[in-house]
Amino acid sequence: MAEGRVVGIDLGTTNSLVAYMEGEKPVVIPGVDGSNLVPSVVALDPMPNDGGRPTVTVGNSARKVLIETPERVIYSVKRLMGRGLSEVEKELAFFPFRIADDVEEGEVPRIQLGELKFTPPEISAYVLRQLKRNAERFFGTPVTQAVITVPAYFNDAQRQATKDAGRMAGLEVLRLVNEPTAAALAYGLDRRREGTIAVYDLGGGTFDISILKLRDGIFEVLSTNGDTHLGGDDIDNLLVAIALDEIHAEHGVDLRSQPGAVQAIRKDAIDAKISLSSEPFAQFDIELPNGDRYQREIPREVFEQLIEPVLERTAGPCKQAMLDAGITPSQIDEVVLVGGSTRIPAVRKLVDDLFQLSARGRKAHTELNPDEVVALGAAVQADILAGASKATEELLLLDVTPLSLGIEALGGTVAKIIQRNSTIPASATEHFTTGVDGQTNVAIHVVQGERELAADCRSLARFDLKGIPPMSAGLPRIEVKFLIDADGILHVSAREQRSGKEAQIEVKPTYGLTDEQVESMILDSFDHAEEDFAKRQLIETRNEAETILAAVERAPQHPVWKHLNQQEQAGILAARAHLVSIKQNYDMAAIREATLALDQATRHFAELMMDSAVTTAIRGKTMEAAGEEMDDNVSAPHPMAPAEFK
Amino acid sequence: MLKVIESAVPVECWSCSVAHNELTLFCPHCSKIQPPQEGNYFVVFSLEPHLNIDLESLEREFHRLSRKLHPDRFARASESEKEWSLADTALLNDAYRTLKDPIRRTEYLLKLNGAEIGEEHAGKNRRPNEMGASRAPADLLEEVFDLNMQLEEMRMAKASGEEDPALKQSLAEAKAKFEGLLNAVDDELHGEWNAWDNGDEAARHAAQNKMVALLDRRRYLSNLVREVNETLGA
Repeated sequence: MAEGRVVGIDLGTTNSLVAYMEGEKPVVIPGVDGSNLVPSVVALDPMPNDGGRPTVTVGNSARKVLIETPERVIYSVKRLMGRGLSEVEKELAFFPFRIADDVEEGEVPRIQLGELKFTPPEISAYVLRQLKRNAERFFGTPVTQAVITVPAYFNDAQRQATKDAGRMAGLEVLRLVNEPTAAALAYGLDRRREGTIAVYDLGGGTFDISILKLRDGIFEVLSTNGDTHLGGDDIDNLLVAIALDEIHAEHGVDLRSQPGAVQAIRKDAIDAKISLSSEPFAQFDIELPNGDRYQREIPREVFEQLIEPVLERTAGPCKQAMLDAGITPSQIDEVVLVGGSTRIPAVRKLVDDLFQLSARGRKAHTELNPDEVVALGAAVQADILAGASKATEELLLLDVTPLSLGIEALGGTVAKIIQRNSTIPASATEHFTTGVDGQTNVAIHVVQGERELAADCRSLARFDLKGIPPMSAGLPRIEVKFLIDADGILHVSAREQRSGKEAQIEVKPTYGLTDEQVESMILDSFDHAEEDFAKRQLIETRNEAETILAAVERAPQHPVWKHLNQQEQAGILAARAHLVSIKQNYDMAAIREATLALDQATRHFAELMMDSAVTTAIRGKTMEAAGEEMDDNVSAPHPMAPAEFK
Repeated sequence: MLKVIESAVPVECWSCSVAHNELTLFCPHCSKIQPPQEGNYFVVFSLEPHLNIDLESLEREFHRLSRKLHPDRFARASESEKEWSLADTALLNDAYRTLKDPIRRTEYLLKLNGAEIGEEHAGKNRRPNEMGASRAPADLLEEVFDLNMQLEEMRMAKASGEEDPALKQSLAEAKAKFEGLLNAVDDELHGEWNAWDNGDEAARHAAQNKMVALLDRRRYLSNLVREVNETLGA
């Protein structure tokens, strides 16, 4: 069933992935560069000379721009999703990008990127569009429906922002799935076990803990907790801060105001962090702009002391989650580790202690790649939603809302109407009345969070119940229904019961885009999605043809050409001539076939070239450098060619 | 499958047009999902309105119905089926959450029978010793008074950054005592369940009054224990 495939997407802080169900197994779909991970980095390409809108680059190639032109690149945008201006300002202290000058409080903040401004959902949409294209390229058919994962502890606004991003990217988001739950699905697929599992998910920017009960294919989440502001980024920041401080103190150079230099140091810090997961020491060796070198050794012990406060912040949520689930550590049968940061030995030790694993002769699960497991689980959920699949027909996910939903009562206190860890969908009905004779409006303030005062909770929305028939104070009886859907997003409806009149609700989300705004930000018009897709495929096919033609063009001048026999040379020239003659046609299959034929004809030639490249490499240029150079210059990599012709 | 006796008006299935006068989430004729209808939580699970229920079979039924009703099963269905699946599942989840918890179940059933039970809303009676929102049980007046003094002392000590191990110890003892009282209330409540489920009209009435009083006492005690925990913990 090629038509109507549903893909699973892990839209991560650092990396994003797209996966699908291949038969009974979830599989990650690689990008054009063959890599499973698409870095969640978006770069604005240089302004075109004709004054048109510049295009964007996503992923590895965008990351390369980060050090040269940091002002044109955005990363870790997930940390900004669904957040207000003041929160984003605080957040940006650690990032090289800045908020556009004209943003006002109450608006969704826009980030200045080169000459243009983007909201966080738009940036995420570019990442999603890249994943969508990778999947379309892989299947050869349009992909329009997806399951996207979000941190379990994401609030309503953050979830809505993610859904908006999907819509902007031309994807119908069939479901938002919580990341730890997705991971449990990925693991639970092969081990149809029963029992209680804890999923500890420490990613680039967020931390989640979920406790689930598995029974007969039903994954019932008992409780969840977390911190949407805690992850590997925080560890990187600590290392970067040390380097910047020491460079300032020892060399008198303050690099803080130089985003490019800070990015270079960040890259070194990340490398050091990663190597400290396997090595006892890591090195900082940074060349400063004045020619000095900053060199420092970081023993793992020092690193562990440094990050202890960060890791310790994950303990509280874990304990709370167990308390809420009504279980003790010894009742947890299995622990699953998710997220790149769980590769850090100190994290594993903390988890081991928290859940008393070694003491009980157990070990946390790390069999599945912690970077991929969430995407794999998303693919399983996508398959469940698509229906009619043997592999997943018995599976069902019952998730919970991570935060209590409340309304502001007199005196600014919160009246909770849906408790945290309630299975979703969940609903609550509340009755409201008027305080003044003839009053026709009632204002309701909905908040999310556990604190007692509304001001300390997260404001979700303000509703104005309008058109209440004028009556004496206290007489109208307005029934308001709050419904949290399976994505964890709130819906509200209201009715005046005495008059039977539907009360109008005007929802003003405290943080977030209106429908019209989202509409206006849709990246591609997908009214003609099918045609656009065919057009894009044709363009890509022609590009592939051009790439190989350009390479073969120079072939007769290449020193190895003469090593081919007459027949081989003739074959190449004929195949080339044929491709040239049809490449402007609209018959995609014919162009592809001709491209393939030319590729076949040049295979021996390519091999000879590879050999000669190796010889060149021995003469001084490393293969790796040659490879990187190749990677940089590839615009539309030729999927069929074994090697690039240069 | 889901029946309610008082339902009188026959409803026509939107899909197969066969009329049925059962209150059901699925059409008895064509099995298609139906819009949610007014019905209480016990009806959702085809249960008698009783306080003693078998939690194992409640869970099994919850899982069985979830498999059929959950929005995941309707991701590609028509808009109205999607909407009904969402509403039906919310009803199912709300019902399960209420019925599986003994206290919530008792409060719910007593309310269905017209009992007035204090709502536990923040701001209203969050702090039992503030605003007099909830009355202290007469037999505990003295102890509650002492406890409140100690809590106040503890808060002041903490505000000034002092540690008073003796005070902490005595609060911990008080906490254990009130937790014991809480358990005793729960035992008494369970004792009334049988009277409610199996008794005649008069026995039922007596049990109901008793349980309303017990629930009131319980709410007071659990607020108190929570307050001690907060003061000791944070």
